[in-house]
Amino acid sequence: MSDWEAVIGLEIHVQLSTRTKMFCGCELSFGDEPNVHTCPVCLGHPGTLPALNERAIRHGLAIALALGCEVAPRSIFHRKNYFYPDLPKGYQISQYDTPLASGGRLGDVRIHRVHLEEDAAKLIHVGESGRIHGSGASLVDFNRGGTPLVEIVTEPDVRGAAEAREWAQLLRETVRQLGVSDVNMEEGSLRCDANVSIRPAGSKELGTKTELKNMNSFRFLERGITAELERQRSLVDGGESVVQETLHFDPTSGELTPLRSKEEAHDYRYFPEPDLVPLAPSPDVLDEIRAALPELPGARRDRYTGELGLAADIAAQLAFSPATGDYYEQTLAAAAGAEPRVIANWVIVELVPRLRQADGGDDPAASRVEPAALAALAGMAQSKQISHGSAREVLAVLIAEGGEPAAIVEREGLAQISAGDELEAAVRAAIEAEPEAAEQVRSGNDRAIGRLMGAVMKQTQGRADPGEVQKLIRGLL
Amino acid sequence: MSAPELLDLTVAQALERIRSGELGAGEYFDAYASAAAGDELNAYLWRAEPGSTPSGAHPDGDLAGVPIAVKDIFCTEGIQTTAGSKILEGHRPAYTATAVRRLTDAGARVLGKTNMDEFAMGSSNENSAYGPVLNPWDRARVPGGSSGGSAAAVAGRLAPWAIGTDTGGSIRQPASLCGVVGMKPTYGAVSRYGMIAFASSLDQCGPVTRDVTDAAILMRALEGRDACDQTCTGIDGGVELPRREDLRGLRFGVPAELSGDGIDAGVRAVFERTLERIEELGGEVTETQLPNTAEGISAYYVIAPAEASANLSRYDGVRFGLRQPAEELTEMYETTRAAGFGAEVKRRIMLGTYALSAGYYDAYYGRAQRVRTRIAEDFAAAFERFDFVVTPTSPSVAFELGERVDEPLAMYLSDYCTVPMPLAGIPAISIPAGLAAPEAGGPELPVGFQIAGPAFSESRILDAAFALEKTIGFTLAPAGSASQPGAGEEGR
Amino acid sequence: MIDRDEVLHVARLARLQLDDDEVEQAARELSTILEHVDRIGSLDLEGVEPTSHVVALENVLRPDEPRPSWPREQMLEGAPDPVEGAYRVPSPQAAAE
Ligand SMILES: [Mg+2]
Ligand SMILES: [Zn+2]
Repeated sequence: MSDWEAVIGLEIHVQLSTRTKMFCGCELSFGDEPNVHTCPVCLGHPGTLPALNERAIRHGLAIALALGCEVAPRSIFHRKNYFYPDLPKGYQISQYDTPLASGGRLGDVRIHRVHLEEDAAKLIHVGESGRIHGSGASLVDFNRGGTPLVEIVTEPDVRGAAEAREWAQLLRETVRQLGVSDVNMEEGSLRCDANVSIRPAGSKELGTKTELKNMNSFRFLERGITAELERQRSLVDGGESVVQETLHFDPTSGELTPLRSKEEAHDYRYFPEPDLVPLAPSPDVLDEIRAALPELPGARRDRYTGELGLAADIAAQLAFSPATGDYYEQTLAAAAGAEPRVIANWVIVELVPRLRQADGGDDPAASRVEPAALAALAGMAQSKQISHGSAREVLAVLIAEGGEPAAIVEREGLAQISAGDELEAAVRAAIEAEPEAAEQVRSGNDRAIGRLMGAVMKQTQGRADPGEVQKLIRGLL
Repeated sequence: MSAPELLDLTVAQALERIRSGELGAGEYFDAYASAAAGDELNAYLWRAEPGSTPSGAHPDGDLAGVPIAVKDIFCTEGIQTTAGSKILEGHRPAYTATAVRRLTDAGARVLGKTNMDEFAMGSSNENSAYGPVLNPWDRARVPGGSSGGSAAAVAGRLAPWAIGTDTGGSIRQPASLCGVVGMKPTYGAVSRYGMIAFASSLDQCGPVTRDVTDAAILMRALEGRDACDQTCTGIDGGVELPRREDLRGLRFGVPAELSGDGIDAGVRAVFERTLERIEELGGEVTETQLPNTAEGISAYYVIAPAEASANLSRYDGVRFGLRQPAEELTEMYETTRAAGFGAEVKRRIMLGTYALSAGYYDAYYGRAQRVRTRIAEDFAAAFERFDFVVTPTSPSVAFELGERVDEPLAMYLSDYCTVPMPLAGIPAISIPAGLAAPEAGGPELPVGFQIAGPAFSESRILDAAFALEKTIGFTLAPAGSASQPGAGEEGR
Repeated sequence: MIDRDEVLHVARLARLQLDDDEVEQAARELSTILEHVDRIGSLDLEGVEPTSHVVALENVLRPDEPRPSWPREQMLEGAPDPVEGAYRVPSPQAAAE
């Protein structure tokens, strides 16, 4: 088993969040009544012509540039011909041998090409299924038909199911930060197909691949690829060979079923689309789009792990959610001289999970906790003005009400008791209350210190500095 | 003025009378509506009622009240638009084609929708699902195609003028065979929006008129940029009305490939006489070569069917038009399209699908596109030496109905004088140059003379054609047409 | 030159049902036409760029401004089998979804 290597390429379709469709003025929609966003153009009525949407091109170029692709000086559209009820013209306007952009890289995966095309409509099967000559019927809803799409095709550089999921998440965050798509897999604005094959580890040749479709979440993407890799390995281990086919992932069963192979092999009869003129993005337009690119998640993550020394997973969580990353950086700036790692912990480990628990949201910037407040709180904990437990209580108050940590500490009487008579009195009281434990500590059993410390904490409502308490116990006993 | 006289006016003449108050716009329209109602040529597939109120026509426009016949390939809101096909029987478009809209915005009124070869595929009009159009000069003969209904209606005085579409000669050849003027503009001069597509990289809308002045008036109204057709730029500077009286200083190239072997003797005689007239008017006539145009038919009959095969995929029984009942999707597609398309359309879909299919693209489509480049280069070189290239429009006069239906290739080959221009995207006009007897004998029939110029040279072509038209003096109307109870004999 | 099987394959790609006579006829006619068209096969077209657009235009684009969609009932008016605001079709035989 272990001497097989997975070779995976991904094909991602991204619905662009333009206002109108690729070739007509109908607005984009999701979940509306069927066929309320249509017109003669997107229904392919006789005599209609496509009119290319400028913003779709700009969005496509932003994706291409963000992925480090080379934009073609001149690209044209092609017609991809096939019959299906969700394809009103009988051809999809797409790009073929001169895509918008090619080359490029995201993370460890090279990008093969980026091209523009139009989405198909939605076909809903309503009749009975399973019978070979069943009188089943389907309904076509053309609302989605003609939505602008960018198709991103990677080189077969992905080496495992988890890696595929991680990479797809990185891509999603990258595209999301460009602001050019909703990138919602459940709603289909991000769709991921995988070409999967295996080969003997170290081999340079490519095995026969299968194409996996319909994995409409990152979890399903990983599960689908895992299942397919296992299937291929057991086939090959059993002396059989993999057959090139398209497999459909069933999210309910987690199974892969082959799409029945069509009687004729696909023959799309591509040819240049005469109704649209070539695209030749000017250097000015490219410069303008490049200048407007935000810092992308990959670069941000690298900056966090490199410059700030954050752990990889924390860095990714901050970098992949731009709002959280920005919040983190504001907090760090407010916390003069603080350790970046400590502040990152406060944001990712302490704050975000509590926000999620509190109201389901996870955007700190939208919460009542000001970056300056979190920075102040972190500072008080660091300098032991308050205990860790108290700090969490202050945080809970901040989440619920907002405000200044110092004022909350004052109001709630949470300042740490780190020395003095008050603490000594509390320790003496604990020794009196727990004579047995005190005896054990005296006779060298250090584990019994815990009992005494617990009693002190209880008495001081957690405000005692644990280090000081330990010192006092040892001193008194 | 009597109705027959009214029907002999050119549109320019009628407009003059309408403006001077001598003629009522309603009267003019009704005279044609009545003439169209008596259509014996099968030129119309739909006609407006006499006295019908104009819909959306602007009473103050340049073309106020003028009737226009529209090829049934242009979508007209609420009015059946079939493109001559059974698959679109009863199809009422939700919108109006830009070209038609421009005319009605200028005040013109749609007189009727003219018959045509199905989806504009044909050179004889025998491929209409609604029966052939008859040539008004001899009803046993074809009017040419695919805009045969438009040409026959204009020649037969059933319409003062018309619009058609030209992909490989579909305006110029029927104009030639019916003795009227027909112009194919530069690709991109007129919007294709709402014009049912045959071969998208070649199709252009243009005028079919009685004379060159009317062609200029119509071109002027038709051309112009359209946001709905991104390949359309209109003509920079518009179109000017022709006024030239002579051809002094103009150089005319006569390409051997399009004027030599294969041209019928009678047509050749008229062509040569016309060349003499050019010289008489001070023009310079020189023989030249356009070597790659010899491959025009081959390139055209790859590119046009290939594009058509995709353009006609939308007739699938899902959203509009004919559907054959079926249990299963593929069966529905196959039976619907088998029942809805005629033989020629199927032939071209098959040809185009084959030429694009795996393994054949490079040999056919790819090579045809390169031939296209070569042909455009030939013209570009010629236009460095000449102002115009002139040829006979059609190698023969109108042929008999049924004569070529069993020989698709022979029919295709007869287009060789007209296909090179759309392949190069350049404009060309056909004007009536005289009459000639068919090779097999019989009464004389119209012969067309073609003038092609560089891209967007419409005004110059019209100007030259205007001067030539004057000396040719072709004012004949076919015998038995709505305005001519007997034959007209003058004018040769 | 183009045989029965090829005709059937192309007819299938083009979704055209042909009866036996039509298949024979198509094979004959297409062969004749292709034989003529094959003239371009012998030309030397080395280095000649293909022409897919005769107009020298680039970057003609539409601003991303919505225009009202058309009334559904009007769009469905000419549909062969409108059902519940949608276009009904027979299901594809090989439906796997
Ligand atoms: Mg795609
Ligand atoms: Zn639309």
